[in-house]
Amino acid sequence: MATTHVAAQEAEASVEPQQVVNDLSIQVATVNGSGSQTANMVLLRAIFQMGIPVSGKNLFPSNIAGLPTWFTIRASKQGYIARRKEVDFLVAMNPETADEDVRDIRPGSAVVYDERLNLNRLRKDLVFYPVPFDQLVAPVCPDAKLRKLVRNMIYDGVVAKLLGVEMEEIHKALQKQFRKKAKAAELNWNAAKAGYEFAEKKLPKADRFYLTRMDATRGKIIIDGNAAAALGAMFAGVTVVTWYPITPSSSLCETLIEYMKRYRIDPETKKATFAIVQAEDELAAIGMVLGAGWAGARAMTSTSGPGISLMSEFVGLGYYAEIPGVIFDIQRVGPSTGLPTRTSQGDVLSTAFLSHGDTRHPMLFPASVEECFSMAIAAFDLAEELQTPVFVMSDLDLGMNNWMADPFAYPEKPIARGKVLSKEDLERLGAFERYRDVDGDGVGYRTLPGTDHPAAGYFTRGSGHNAKAIYSERPHDYTDNMDRLARKFETARLRVPAPDIREAAGREVGIIAYGTSHWAVVEALDQLRQEHELDISYCRLRAFPFNEVVRDFVRRHRRVYVVDQNRDAQMCQLLRLDMDAQDVKKLRSILHYNGLPLDARSVTDSIVAQEEER
Amino acid sequence: MASTATSPAPPRKVNRIGLEIHAYKGNRSTLCAGCGHNAISERIIEAFYELGIEPYRVAKLSGIGCSSKSPAYFLGTSCGFNAVHGRMPSIATGTMLANRTLLALGVSGDGDTASIGIGQFVHLMRRNLPVIYIIEDNGVYGLTKGQFSATADIGSKLKTGVVNDLPPIDTCALAIQLGATYVARSFSGDKRQLLALLEGAIAHHGTSMLDVISPCVTFNDHEGSTKSYSYVKDHDEPLADISFVPFFQDITVDYAPGTATEITLHDGSRVILKKLGEDYDPTNKVEALRVLTQAHDKGEVVTGLFYVDTKRESFLDLLNVVDEPLATLPESRVRPPKTALDEIMEDLK
Ligand SMILES: Cc1ncc(C[n+]2csc(CCOP(=O)(O)OP(=O)(O)O)c2C)c(N)n1
Ligand code: SF4
Ligand SMILES: [Mg+2]
Repeated sequence: MATTHVAAQEAEASVEPQQVVNDLSIQVATVNGSGSQTANMVLLRAIFQMGIPVSGKNLFPSNIAGLPTWFTIRASKQGYIARRKEVDFLVAMNPETADEDVRDIRPGSAVVYDERLNLNRLRKDLVFYPVPFDQLVAPVCPDAKLRKLVRNMIYDGVVAKLLGVEMEEIHKALQKQFRKKAKAAELNWNAAKAGYEFAEKKLPKADRFYLTRMDATRGKIIIDGNAAAALGAMFAGVTVVTWYPITPSSSLCETLIEYMKRYRIDPETKKATFAIVQAEDELAAIGMVLGAGWAGARAMTSTSGPGISLMSEFVGLGYYAEIPGVIFDIQRVGPSTGLPTRTSQGDVLSTAFLSHGDTRHPMLFPASVEECFSMAIAAFDLAEELQTPVFVMSDLDLGMNNWMADPFAYPEKPIARGKVLSKEDLERLGAFERYRDVDGDGVGYRTLPGTDHPAAGYFTRGSGHNAKAIYSERPHDYTDNMDRLARKFETARLRVPAPDIREAAGREVGIIAYGTSHWAVVEALDQLRQEHELDISYCRLRAFPFNEVVRDFVRRHRRVYVVDQNRDAQMCQLLRLDMDAQDVKKLRSILHYNGLPLDARSVTDSIVAQEEER
Repeated sequence: MASTATSPAPPRKVNRIGLEIHAYKGNRSTLCAGCGHNAISERIIEAFYELGIEPYRVAKLSGIGCSSKSPAYFLGTSCGFNAVHGRMPSIATGTMLANRTLLALGVSGDGDTASIGIGQFVHLMRRNLPVIYIIEDNGVYGLTKGQFSATADIGSKLKTGVVNDLPPIDTCALAIQLGATYVARSFSGDKRQLLALLEGAIAHHGTSMLDVISPCVTFNDHEGSTKSYSYVKDHDEPLADISFVPFFQDITVDYAPGTATEITLHDGSRVILKKLGEDYDPTNKVEALRVLTQAHDKGEVVTGLFYVDTKRESFLDLLNVVDEPLATLPESRVRPPKTALDEIMEDLK
């Protein structure tokens, strides 16, 4: 996996020592629906184009317009892209949260704000930059209706001037953002320039934060995890896609539709080599996936926690009836109204055993956009090779935020369609038994409906069948089948992506994490080494069931911290079920469940505290 | 098989593709003797045999219930999928998306369709997916031992004496309103009509919805039940006499012109409705709904083909899917080339 770690570059000689260069976070506080997304993306892109590693996180409410929203841009010369708690540079555009936003930031930070808010009355230990937004926007945007949107571009210009973002890059980023809409780009560019010129004349630099050109993003792309997963699905050869809208997963299928319309129309017939259906609900979405998987298509759906709950019965059928299918779970916080637009890893335990009866499902845990792409491809292969539903467990942070990454590698391996018998195979074999474990890996051979051979047909049901797929309620038929399914799960252990391990010298303490926690963990490992002389091993889980390597990792270490973005230590509990008895007590938890992406400081603090308590 | 007998064996009776009726049979039924569902299975066997459909082309799909078990008892060499309660429509949809060359035959019950499955049912009807949807309608939950279903008529009585006091859902009216393009009602005991309706459904491209009154002899075939053999026999009012003429047969119509309506289906087959008394036009939605509502008010069970539309585009055409099964398209057609990925990556830089 590519890493965004880059060699720290020396600050330029001319920069004074107390200055902070290419290591800061900017927070833009706005009102949802005010059109700040464009301004934020342009700023993020401009910094990226200056070669500075950057990440952006959108913290938004479950609302279309009116509620507060924050966008954080982190620039880090070391290449850290996790969320950082501390804000260095605040752009306060939302009157409702402005007071609180200002109160929360560290001394020495800077605040760009709408003049009318009078924020400079609140604190003496910050640098304040008042900007008369309304005055500036009127001349560049004669159409009063558009001013609300264009206004945001002014702060891009102001911030660019104050931090040293090159205006040429703002211009380029704007053009990328607006593509063919030249008029809109022009309007926004004028607003950015107005902000820049105002800052140049009226706002003398008084804070210590600077951005200067580096060369650490050359050749990289910016993409969100959902788009990356959509691309993965397309290059995996998905043919049937079903979905029901839900934040934060909708954009996965919506992006997929766009890409498929472009790249998956048969050049000769102009017909689609795919079918995408917006289903009536998640029960239907998963039912269509299983119907299609049964009939031999590469089928997928994408959802979030509430949809996963609704799919429960069908997923159990998929497990028992042994039908491939890929389910993307873009995890979010809990049920109903409240924090559905906040990130979480809250579906780990329920998905592992989703449904009734003895069921267990393979899950893949992408940590990066590259893995959203590569694991989407792996998931389709696994689902068909193992003949079972496979889950890709992403989250809101990964799925909906923009991440920089190396360009994705074209899949090297051909598509693996698993054990499917064709008409010719049947002519050679004479017959087949659907659930016979011929190869000892727990996976039987299947035929697809429509195979022109009298022996091809078989009847699919849930729990009651023997090896020949004939109806049976006999006790030993049932136990034989369940034992074979357990064997199949052992096969899955070997086939799913192996964990990524970085071993520390001492082998005293280890940390286990998965998914987006990765970015906070790698930064925390540096903090622990630099600030506390703690050298810690790291095992990044990439899949469930756990590979034997994970057990070994726990065996080798005395204490192992498991990082979960949920309250109930869900991954830690799953690990406990799988570890040797004497190793279970080695597992401790680091828990983060406030709806915000995990940050490194929280991990470091928790480990230090628990290590001291010992 | 070699034989030394002196007299030649009587010629085997085969259909147009050379298969005997036996090839269309399934496992022995485990349903109660006399259950209406068994009679429907027999008609299904006959219909597919008579039309000479290759069994491998058929996918049998069902939910859960006595009715949903029945696909094991016909077309034994076809693939079948006994799914979960009320969700056959989504399984059928996925199956047809994956392979549009299949002939999907869905079997459901009144509980499976009108209660737990009503959501998927209505959306299936809207899409006009090519699928035959049969409701084996007995007004009760057979498999869970005789509770009322949502198609039970007001005032009908369970064996236990419980009386239904909620109005029934008319699945035919619903299907017509929602966009199904071949909608009929029949009775499991009416061999001729049911066979003709099934054959018409097989030839139709689009959603065919057949509600077949199918008495549950164990829980709902007594006095007081409006879905019993005797009640339906007494109250059945066939809309028209139906006969089906497959496209490969010489068409010899025995109905005098002027008393019959013909509907030509997509493959050239024809359904012929012989008028019984009033003039009935099965392409008129409003008329169909009027007939259903009126019969309902009179406590009659109208049977026959209520509505046909051979013009509406099917869901698969709407989606513009390629003609071949999506399931088995080769890698070269489903994985875009490296140049496509390069182009996309360049755009994201
Ligand atoms: C989710 C779920 N709930 C309940 C049941 C229990 N159940 C099995 S069959 C059935 C009713 C079937 O009635 P119907 O569809 O009318 O079929 P019939 O047996 O009458 O042919 C019910 C409620 C189930 N299998 N699954
Ligand atoms: S219980 Fe009723 S519906 Fe079920 S098999 Fe017996 S007669 Fe048929
Ligand atoms: Mg019933």
